[in-house]
Amino acid sequence: MKDAALLPNLLVFARLVRAAGLRVHAGRMLDCITALEQVGLRRRADVHATLRTLLVHRQEDLARFDEAFELFWKAREAGDGRLPLFSLGERPRLKAAPPSAASVELDDIDAAGAAAARLTAGAYSPADISRTKDFADFTHDEAERAETLLADMAWRLGRRRSRRWSAARTGAIDLRPIVRRNMRHGGELLYLPRRRRVEKPRPLVVLCDVSGSMARYSRMVLQLVRGLARSSGRVESFLFATRLTRVTRQAGSRDLADVVTRLTHVVEDWGGGTRIGETLRAFNTHWARRVMRNGPVVLIVSDGWDRGEPDLVRREMARLRRRCHRVVWVNPLLGSANYEPLTRGLEAARPFVDEFLAANNLDTVEQLAGHLLKD
Amino acid sequence: MDTTTLLPGSVDELQATLAARGYIADRGLAVSMYLALRLKRPLFLEGEAGVGKTEVGKVLAAALDTELIRLQCYEGLDVSHAVYEWNYPRQLLEIRLLKASESLNRADATRHLFTHEFLIRRPLLRAIEGARARPPVLLIDEIDRADEEFEGYLLELLSDFQITIPELGTIRAEEPPVVIITSNRTREVHDALKRRCLYWWIEYPDFDKEYRIVTAKVPAAGARLAAQVTSFVQELRTLDLYKAAGLSETLDWAAALVALNREALDADVVEQTLGILLKNQEDIESVRGTRLPALLARALAHAAARSEPDAGPAPSNTVP
Repeated sequence: MKDAALLPNLLVFARLVRAAGLRVHAGRMLDCITALEQVGLRRRADVHATLRTLLVHRQEDLARFDEAFELFWKAREAGDGRLPLFSLGERPRLKAAPPSAASVELDDIDAAGAAAARLTAGAYSPADISRTKDFADFTHDEAERAETLLADMAWRLGRRRSRRWSAARTGAIDLRPIVRRNMRHGGELLYLPRRRRVEKPRPLVVLCDVSGSMARYSRMVLQLVRGLARSSGRVESFLFATRLTRVTRQAGSRDLADVVTRLTHVVEDWGGGTRIGETLRAFNTHWARRVMRNGPVVLIVSDGWDRGEPDLVRREMARLRRRCHRVVWVNPLLGSANYEPLTRGLEAARPFVDEFLAANNLDTVEQLAGHLLKD
Repeated sequence: MDTTTLLPGSVDELQATLAARGYIADRGLAVSMYLALRLKRPLFLEGEAGVGKTEVGKVLAAALDTELIRLQCYEGLDVSHAVYEWNYPRQLLEIRLLKASESLNRADATRHLFTHEFLIRRPLLRAIEGARARPPVLLIDEIDRADEEFEGYLLELLSDFQITIPELGTIRAEEPPVVIITSNRTREVHDALKRRCLYWWIEYPDFDKEYRIVTAKVPAAGARLAAQVTSFVQELRTLDLYKAAGLSETLDWAAALVALNREALDADVVEQTLGILLKNQEDIESVRGTRLPALLARALAHAAARSEPDAGPAPSNTVP
């Protein structure tokens, strides 16, 4: 790489990295030039490390960055100025696309979501909808209105006491401002300032089942995840069928259709079978340490149909329970008349669940909001 | 005050300096550290627990022959513990003394009580204040333990390296410190803070690197034991455990085996000392028993294959 060619080359690289789905600010490319002047261009490993340390700031992005760099370097070595940018850049995105069978179902949700977004509040009164009718029995029209209602529902989470202090009327004596505040009394301690621990919203971790048996409720589930993600507290969201996918970043969008599109890209096993045990194990092993801080409430949304080992479910539920404040299990089938709750996985999980709740209609979803509020 | 002379002139030089102090940094990390020094940007290090993130700060301070200022983060960390605090017991005492000597005058006393004499300097203030021959290394350890409010404060501090104390005015760093921030990723640190820094993800070391580190840090272990220890830990990391053994666990284990006068691994000693590597009851149980013989056999075979080319005598007489 000749120095004169450095800037154009870097700009090409920036486009490649952006195409791979990373966010790169234009200003950062100038930093890269300064940095490369310091490090030199002779060694591939040095150029790679320099660009990586400046352009990537998340571990999850490293693989995509490395892939982009590989392509870039190969094209450069081949002396080919015409980098087939667009086809190359599309690759990572295509890789993340779900299997075609699943995307049919999602197109359906997508259309519904878009429609729901157009039908903002005002067109219908929420009171029109039967509050006790099962979500699965809703007509398309009713479902759209229910979604609008769900979206507007203000989710508030329970609170916890943090380690942080703030001034208060009552509480422990606060020594920090004591001298300054009492100088006006000639240094006599007449006024004793007080402080208290600050209360913060309790974090929430949502694990939602999107397997085949839950398909009828998947709209409700997505709506719930989005509603929670947009609430004021700290919420981590995961979807699972056979595997667990973290969707915290994708779930927080204002627009439901947008959420659905983004989730389609990251979740690969919509409508598959359920493996609750394996899912919980994956969560406990790979995610718990990162997302289970400060005594969160864990919300599991699933019908409890599990094809795996009940023993594994028991073990992993016990582990999960030890790390959180409360486990709330929401089961959309609980409210329906013909539901037999004796699935083996659910039985195994039962001792570790603080509350079992139904969430199959609007009334029960409102109750759920109440339960999350409790401390 | 010429500070640049002590900075390494190239990545190679930095790597050699670090190696001389027993820190084996791979090329990527060395490039990041070099750029952090050259571009005067904070370096944000992430990785699993026990891969040597904190060590980067320590070894860098030693290599630059400068002071290391460490701020250990925890939940509830606030300005009074991170930046400064007034020494109020002394202030109160001073008021008593002034009163006793009948020289208490409100305006004067206020001026007198809020001076440097009564100021307790916490790590962040120490890092930017005062004249030094060389800027210190500021190690902000485990920032993921602090709460988000603290990140906001840090973001401000790292952008202009100045601290305002209402009673004293603004204190600005003559030369910004070398800042190393570490995180175990128990939560996501805000992107705004990470973007201000150079970012590096430290992986678990591969066999060669870990072997070199074990022989450098626990020379008494000898080549054979070091290779076996390293192979076993590498095998252990391929298992699906809740908490894999970090590099620091490897070093502890090697030191423990040396203390037990072991020269090679066998099933008994591994079983007895497994608690040094794995800190989780479920993990220990899943490894102990049926899986252990196969795991150990693979590790020993690997170690034997790796140490054949240079099967020289172990440098057993070196002091760690």
